[in-house]
Amino acid sequence: MLQPNVNDSSGGEALLQVNGVTLQYRTPERRVTATYRVDFDIHPGERLVLLGPSGCGKSTLLKAIAGFIRPVEGSIRLSGAPITRPGPDRMMVFQEFDQLLPWKTVRHNVTYPMRCNGVSAEEANRRAEQVIESVNLSGFIDSYPHTLSGGMKQRVAIARAMAMRPYILLMDEPFAALDALTRRKMQEELVALWEAVGFTLIFVTHSIEEAVLVGSRVVVLSPHPGQVCAEINVDHLGGPNSSGEDFQAACRRIHDLLFPSAGEAQ
Amino acid sequence: MIDAKQAGVRPPFVSPVKRQDFTRKVVPVSEIGTIEVPLPWTQRIWNSSLVRRGVILVILAIVWESYGRWLDNPLSFPTLSETLTSLWTDIASGTIPERLQVTLRILLMGYGLGILLAALLTTLAVSTRFATDLLSTLTAMFNPMPAIALLPLALLWFGLGVPSLIFVIVHSVLWAVALNTHAGFLSVSNTLRMAGQTFGLRGLRFVTGILIPAAFPAILSGLKIGWAFAWRTLVAAELVFGVSAGQGGLGWYIFEKRNLLETSGVFAGLITVMIVGLFVEGVIFQTIERLTVRRWGMHGG
Repeated sequence: MLQPNVNDSSGGEALLQVNGVTLQYRTPERRVTATYRVDFDIHPGERLVLLGPSGCGKSTLLKAIAGFIRPVEGSIRLSGAPITRPGPDRMMVFQEFDQLLPWKTVRHNVTYPMRCNGVSAEEANRRAEQVIESVNLSGFIDSYPHTLSGGMKQRVAIARAMAMRPYILLMDEPFAALDALTRRKMQEELVALWEAVGFTLIFVTHSIEEAVLVGSRVVVLSPHPGQVCAEINVDHLGGPNSSGEDFQAACRRIHDLLFPSAGEAQ
Repeated sequence: MIDAKQAGVRPPFVSPVKRQDFTRKVVPVSEIGTIEVPLPWTQRIWNSSLVRRGVILVILAIVWESYGRWLDNPLSFPTLSETLTSLWTDIASGTIPERLQVTLRILLMGYGLGILLAALLTTLAVSTRFATDLLSTLTAMFNPMPAIALLPLALLWFGLGVPSLIFVIVHSVLWAVALNTHAGFLSVSNTLRMAGQTFGLRGLRFVTGILIPAAFPAILSGLKIGWAFAWRTLVAAELVFGVSAGQGGLGWYIFEKRNLLETSGVFAGLITVMIVGLFVEGVIFQTIERLTVRRWGMHGG
């Protein structure tokens, strides 16, 4: 049932449809509206970035797509079927380094979700070795997570998610806790991996640069409560064969959308 | 020269002078020579906790022997050598191994049953809120209750014999293990829980696949505490109602020796209790810890 989405961004059916989604979360004192009537689609093979200032509900939105939160209004559909709970067809990479199971080696961290979902041991191992190779961690395949650096842990988490061959890969600021140099390297590696393997990605970030580097299309969300204020194509602006000017222009455009008053002042 | 009075005083601000850029070649690693040097063997040996503990034991033994000789009153405080002699005699004659076996068998039955019940209770407690409240109320009520205090009641219900002893052991194990396990489950990070859910794990598979291993450090410390409680409770119960096991255990052995005024035998019994405790803590639990939480890097937060 799970199959990789090859680079097929040529229009066609949307893979995931988010329609008028209002999300609320509860604190002990109040009910807070995180996003208000958000709409967007994602097509197979896209790298969609949800970008917005902190508190705009972008992480909450991603959790709703993952199935951890039910929308109070609107619907989220994956291939036409409403999302009701978390599942292996929407593997998620979290920001925190402790998302790996500390009691399993890198290899078994990658094979475990596959084994939980009925992939044979041989097949799981074959896929694990392949995907660990693709994130350049073959030398650490039998290490325990606590011996790895933060960047390596995030690579394992990405490998683990990719090996499941989900419909969509969800990433919640996966590089935010890394140092700047490692972060930049990981962003480039992620795009290279997408070019090599091909998958559909939803990526949450609050960094404009990261959005333009990683994404093919950016959904810009307004501050609290989050609403879609723009969708912008940014494909191949950040790659090595891009002119820096296009990249800068896209960043500036998004910046002005996010901070309208600052834009007028300039 | 900076005057002592002036040291630590902030120098007045002047705009910085522009300094030259420079680049320079670093010395390659191969030319630096040794980067890692092994510590001298004396330090390496002293780093082993086994060696340090051994030294402590030797010191304690010397203190004991000299105090015993100085006191010269075998009825109240026999020397170490006398104690070891009677320990050896009773081990050789098979008395201590036999008593120990009786004690350990009952202990393992009670310990196992206690853990089983604790597992059941905590699994229920993570799945429904009502069971959570049930568990915390029961633990709050029963955890502070000394198991020995329940022994008269147990004797009333189950009569003189193994079931009574098992009852009090289960009581002493259950609450400690359940409390620790539950606390461990609650402290499993939200990220790890969500990761498990995205794998499609739910219910019992989620508990065994994610919660138990993630809470294993807490579970292990619960098991240790439970073991210590069980061991203490059993020896104490045997001391009080020793013969109730039908065939006496280690506590009964100590009681007997006291009645015979063989103080060195009492000490031999106590030493056996200590040795078993040290063995379980130092060998069994240490091994489990080394193979699990240490290897996984989950010890000490």
